[in-house]
Amino acid sequence: MRITLRVWRQPGPAASGAFETHTLESVSPDMSFLELLDVLNERLVGEGKSPISFDHDCREGICGACSLVIDGQAHGPDDETTTCQLHMRRYRDGATITVEPFRAQAFPIVRDLVVDRSAFDRIIAAGGFVSVNTGSAPEANSLPVARSLAEEAMDNAACIGCGACVAACPNASAMLFVAAKISHLQLLPQGAPERETRVLALVAAMDREGFGNCTNHYECGAACPKGIPVASIARMNREFVRATLRASPPRAATTDGA
Amino acid sequence: MSVLDSRTPAGPMAERWTRHKFDLRLINPANRRKFHLIVVGTGLAGSSAAASLAELGYRVTVLCIQDSPRRAHSIAAQGGINAAKNYPNDGDSVHRLFYDTVKGGDFRARESNVHRLAEVSTSIIDQCVAQGVPFAREYGGLLANRSFGGAQVSRTFYARGQTGQQLLLGAYSALERQVGAGRVKLLARREMLELVVVEGVARGIIARNLVTGEYERHAGDAVLLCTGGYGNVFYLSTNAKACNVTAAWRAHRRGAYFANPCFTQIHPTCIPVSGEHQSKLTLMSESLRNDGRVWVPAEAGDGRAAAEIPEEQRDYYLERKYPSFGNLVPRDVASRSAKEQCDRKKGVGESGMAVYLDFRDAIARDGEAAIRARYGNLFQMYERITGENPYRVPMRIYPAVHYTMGGLWVDYNLESTIPGLFVLGEANFSDHGANRLGASALMQGLADGYFVVPATIAAHLAGRKLAPLASDHAAFDEAESAARERITRILAVQGKRSADSLHRELGLLMWNHCGMARERAGLGKALDEIRALRSEFWENVRVPGDSKDFNQTLEHAGRVADFLEFAELLALDAREREESCGGHFRVEHQTPEGEAQRDDEHFAHVAAWEFQGQGATPRRHLEPLNFEVVHPSTRSYK
Repeated sequence: MRITLRVWRQPGPAASGAFETHTLESVSPDMSFLELLDVLNERLVGEGKSPISFDHDCREGICGACSLVIDGQAHGPDDETTTCQLHMRRYRDGATITVEPFRAQAFPIVRDLVVDRSAFDRIIAAGGFVSVNTGSAPEANSLPVARSLAEEAMDNAACIGCGACVAACPNASAMLFVAAKISHLQLLPQGAPERETRVLALVAAMDREGFGNCTNHYECGAACPKGIPVASIARMNREFVRATLRASPPRAATTDGA
Repeated sequence: MSVLDSRTPAGPMAERWTRHKFDLRLINPANRRKFHLIVVGTGLAGSSAAASLAELGYRVTVLCIQDSPRRAHSIAAQGGINAAKNYPNDGDSVHRLFYDTVKGGDFRARESNVHRLAEVSTSIIDQCVAQGVPFAREYGGLLANRSFGGAQVSRTFYARGQTGQQLLLGAYSALERQVGAGRVKLLARREMLELVVVEGVARGIIARNLVTGEYERHAGDAVLLCTGGYGNVFYLSTNAKACNVTAAWRAHRRGAYFANPCFTQIHPTCIPVSGEHQSKLTLMSESLRNDGRVWVPAEAGDGRAAAEIPEEQRDYYLERKYPSFGNLVPRDVASRSAKEQCDRKKGVGESGMAVYLDFRDAIARDGEAAIRARYGNLFQMYERITGENPYRVPMRIYPAVHYTMGGLWVDYNLESTIPGLFVLGEANFSDHGANRLGASALMQGLADGYFVVPATIAAHLAGRKLAPLASDHAAFDEAESAARERITRILAVQGKRSADSLHRELGLLMWNHCGMARERAGLGKALDEIRALRSEFWENVRVPGDSKDFNQTLEHAGRVADFLEFAELLALDAREREESCGGHFRVEHQTPEGEAQRDDEHFAHVAAWEFQGQGATPRRHLEPLNFEVVHPSTRSYK
């Protein structure tokens, strides 16, 4: 196959960027999209040019490192597929493909196609957890969880934190990401004690990081490589309203006087 | 040669860990904040250790090479995690998990460590459930279990085919909770380049900020390496692209012994190589072997499509050779058998380097819906990569490098031969012997991080007098200039070959000579070729750009340079171990039936290598293995 790539190049966060065009001959249909970039980079190194920077790691669709907006779609054209799992057999011979980074104010560009998604980590640090110290857990089977609830929690816990939802959203909203974490923990009895504090903390952190709001485009759900249901956003909104309307604001932890 | 002291406690096996915990020094809660601990790596071991230590009150700095700690390669583990809960009432116990792990490791693991692992396994499940890990459940709401990797009891807990992801996200959430509380300082996109040793004690590291290129000095009271395995020395493996040996190798060069590097695990069920562009291999969970049947055409060179080969012309070779375990034989046995079939020209697919894993009979028996419910995501992944529908045509699978049992030598406290340097998870050598059982890696990573090191680190912190140390100490100057000099040297070569092409060449030679079957002559050849390739690297590598900003090619080149040094140690260890055991199969040492032949008289020991300087032959030290409870026997799966 012959493939032409129009790739976004940008030397650093403050520099201005531009598209660069490269044509590759004899591309194997069995190559993954990232392997295509590998081949191009080998050529660039051979020519003494600067290779294209892109994030990747596991290359099996689970670590969430790979990104890329391919022909205008986050993670490319296939449903529920990360860029690393997109294969060239999806394209026709002679195709021209445009490759850009995930673009969002909260995801500043590091270099070329690499962006900084540490805002997601800071959101989780604000409350995306169950507060349980090592060693203090009760016997695992002392807390039965209905299978259907466990499955629904798992549907949400499957989020890989790649940020495609943000890249796809016209508002660069992170609501699907945040809603997935809230849903995962809210659906399980383990999450119940921090039900209100968690949703308030996560929403505040999301706003602080500069993500936009949801205006129901559902582009996030269409782009999500793990099929996180957009209905989770409705659950998050419901939980947020509920927590906001509860009479008492969350109380600060009191010391035990020890 | 000297004999290493594992500091294993005495007394009855089942009481050792409890007694040891009592004998260990404690540190007053108010004093813990005076200690600063440096954790390198955020997989299951690193995240769980950093979170647990911070909860105890220690000040922790944690570094990872990815952009987020959540992306460490533990995330990719599919199948499950073992624990001796005996929920299914099928006869499991701590003792049985201990027994199975010692035997599965082909009697090359330290019994006391393995027993401790089996003991804490149940607490791990409790901890993960409390964090909200969504394990699979039965209709009554209690936890589900399955049999995995040939175990005859159902002791594996799982979260669909994403158990590693869910366990890591649990540990990551615990870690982020401590970050939010200000007790952990998290530094992402950092790579450890040197260990700093002051007066014989590990007191810090030199790291490079991968975004800005800056060198950083981190001083502390202990260093915890949780940096995973070295499978990428083979280039093609199921490991993530960033997995590397650099941190462990740099520590080795500073005095940490490297144990059993030749113990590498080849996983039998991976998607075969499709061409020269191949950048990594993808594992298909071995849970598939519960329902899939492995076969090849009975006739060599049979080029027909699977559907055209009638039943009587198929050889279900695992069921034939191992009637009692069948398709569920351990990983090393299944892998070697696949190679044997392909060597006899019975392999399938375009390359002939694959065997079938066929679900036809399981679909006929249980229905497609049941198979889809069990393995849907795996089948989908297979189809995405190969373009073939495994509900209609059998999967093609071939073994690939997956896990490394060898690693830095540690004593019972998980402390290396450098005081103050602790090594956790896959990076150490300790619990799996010569072969790791399925669903045991997640168990070990979390055991080390949640439960072992939080107790044992006190022996170092309370037991040694650690003088205050600033990062302008001469040892930091020396280590930083060593790290800088190395990177400057790599950039200065300006040759003609990419680091990736050299890495590929190294991988191929390692696979051919140190892969599934090894022999003395081939290993000798490998040693020569590795040395030649290392010279080629330093004369002919080409790395564009500079070290002052984000340069992924430079990062990779540095890791390849370390693999080129480490590979030699692996081959040397494989040559010196004149026996076959677990994942280490020496062609010269096999039974008449072609099974691995151990030599307990001469090799029932851990081989731990001491660095003797660049170019000098390393020294081989021994830790004899005494089997007090599980007596060595020949593994038989017939």
